[in-house]
Amino acid sequence: MSGDVLAPPPASGPAIEPGEDDDVPRRLVVRHSLQDRLFVHSVRGVGMLVLVIVSCIGVFLGIQSVPTLDHYGFSFFTEFRWLPSQDVIGISAVVVGTIEVALLALVIAVPLSVLTALFITDWAPPGLRATLIRVVDLMAAVPGIVFGLWVLFVIQPHATEVAHWLSKYLGWFPLFHVRTDVDYPIWNQAPGYPSYAGSAFIAAIAVTMMIFPMATSVMREVFSQAPVGEKEAALALGATRWAVVRTVVLPFGRSGIVGGSMLALGRALGETISVVLVISQAFEIKPYVLESGTSTISSLIASSFKEATPSQLSALLTAGFLLFCMTLLVNSLAAMIVTRSRGSQVTEL
Amino acid sequence: MTQTLERPTDGVPPAEPAVEAAAPAEQEVLRRTSSRTREDVLALVGAAVGSAATTWLFYTIILPAEGSIGFVVAWYLVFVAFYAALTGLTQPRQVVIDRVVSTAVIAAPTLVAFALATVVLMTLVKGLPALANLNFFTDDMSGVRAQDPFTRGGILHAIVGTLIEVAIAVAIAMPLGVAAAVYMSEVGGRGGRLVRTVVEAMTALPSIVAGLFIYSVFIVQFGMPASGLAAALALAVMALPIMARASYVVLGVVPGGLREASYAMGAGKWQTVWKVVLPTARPGLATALILGVARAVGETAPVLLTSGASTFLNTNPVKDPMNSLPLFIYASIQSGSPEMEERAYAASAVLLILVLTLFLIARLVAGGRRKSR
Repeated sequence: MSGDVLAPPPASGPAIEPGEDDDVPRRLVVRHSLQDRLFVHSVRGVGMLVLVIVSCIGVFLGIQSVPTLDHYGFSFFTEFRWLPSQDVIGISAVVVGTIEVALLALVIAVPLSVLTALFITDWAPPGLRATLIRVVDLMAAVPGIVFGLWVLFVIQPHATEVAHWLSKYLGWFPLFHVRTDVDYPIWNQAPGYPSYAGSAFIAAIAVTMMIFPMATSVMREVFSQAPVGEKEAALALGATRWAVVRTVVLPFGRSGIVGGSMLALGRALGETISVVLVISQAFEIKPYVLESGTSTISSLIASSFKEATPSQLSALLTAGFLLFCMTLLVNSLAAMIVTRSRGSQVTEL
Repeated sequence: MTQTLERPTDGVPPAEPAVEAAAPAEQEVLRRTSSRTREDVLALVGAAVGSAATTWLFYTIILPAEGSIGFVVAWYLVFVAFYAALTGLTQPRQVVIDRVVSTAVIAAPTLVAFALATVVLMTLVKGLPALANLNFFTDDMSGVRAQDPFTRGGILHAIVGTLIEVAIAVAIAMPLGVAAAVYMSEVGGRGGRLVRTVVEAMTALPSIVAGLFIYSVFIVQFGMPASGLAAALALAVMALPIMARASYVVLGVVPGGLREASYAMGAGKWQTVWKVVLPTARPGLATALILGVARAVGETAPVLLTSGASTFLNTNPVKDPMNSLPLFIYASIQSGSPEMEERAYAASAVLLILVLTLFLIARLVAGGRRKSR
């Protein structure tokens, strides 16, 4: 009743006791005016400042794409060559390359992530779990350039052999086809014989390392929320571990798998430096992912911003804007899927 | 009583007592999915040895050999086949499937762990020649040619540049991010929702686009020189939405009951936020922010576009180009000289250690208060 530190209760407390109108006054908002109003306004000010800064970028990128479209017209989207010296500029090749690299990375990363997430939640001994989670988090903090370096010098020599093998024996499958003589030894890089280094496939390995931790941690989180009661019920019915996972964990975590993969895709689309290090730039629309030479939007920006004229700079900004729109779309979808999967789990107290 | 208890342990020799199952297992013959028997171990070992021998024989002797990756892949496939067959001799189909899936579930993290280990080993081993010299940490690269021995030149300028750029970026992004998060989570309303939507959208901004934005606005249009400040701005622009959203998530975890208790005691909004919400969220906030910093430290793309690259020590962020660790690594690799490559490895080792240190600090800060669900 008494012993209040603050002013309001003594003022209103005794007044309420005799009367019947108990829940009408409670003038909390009025009483805490100055300090709180100051706080709310200043925080709102900062919030609006952040809003302005952040939306400035989006708006700026959007505005910058107007002169580009004026200058290059619709061919900006259909042209695949990037020849600034001849004023022939188009982004269809880089867009295709971006999507190719990102999807390939996803194809490698998603199975690994699902299996690793399952390992952490259902297979690993409980004592090891926290360590594994930490290692995955740590992996997320490893700079992209280190992974790029690793792929360039450690993985690429082996990956080219794998690519060679794939194209040699599975070349009939369009994805593995390489427009070269597959019996030609891979160390002999005569002109006219595209090598296997610097391909979309190898860039995708670098991107895989970048997106794997993110996808894994999203999936792990969703998997770990699978209802324990149902898991135990399945065990009680004599299910094996895989049966428990298949009947309880995976159906429950399906949205986590989809959402985590899409978040990873959003990240993969924008991944820059590891791709720039690995690929050999080539502006060409091609489905041959094992063949040397590809290009992504971010690698295009990184490699050609320096000598860009103002109109080319705005073309780069347009490409950047397009990239941003792609990642934004993918991320929003992913966020929608993931939050829907959490559902009521958010309101824990 | 003792009889029934002893019998299964007799029939099922030295199993490590699994925690979950085993207890309700009494007279009935169970499928023994989680307690490992000697037979299981022998099947595993037998499959491993048998598959290794078979693979070796076929892969290297009979068929033409081709690389170590192919060997490992073939071995794994043969192993799975052998293991499934061996298990199938005595166990029902469900258990066979379970075992086959288990091999995949264990193989995937092993593969990733192996990859991660080679990443760390590669940087350390290849960087060692350069790292072994103390001057690598105390010198800059001014006047050093690429072919010079490792006793000349170092990456002091890059380390200092990274620290300065990240410090400025954090000084901009962290207060703004946390304040915006407080606004989104504690004040809310329509404005809060708007800010949240936009901030969440902007976390999708690829870092290279953030760099390109700063480059084309500040450097090309405003004529600002390529400098540490420009790089810091690019990093800040990249980190701001990330930090704001991470902080918002952390603030959202603060139990609503605490806020209500505070209001019930007669505290105002400001007092509640300052005395209840922020202290409660402090470890989480610190973790989120340190992880954001770790991310900013390793970002190359925005820095590449904005800071220029000096070879000398420059502590002034507003004048002259500045170097940073990721940029130094990138430039050294592009230079193509073997010595510079080794310097790049050494610099990556330093960068990795820097990130690891930040990560450990984050863990220590968050360590005291781990939420168990």
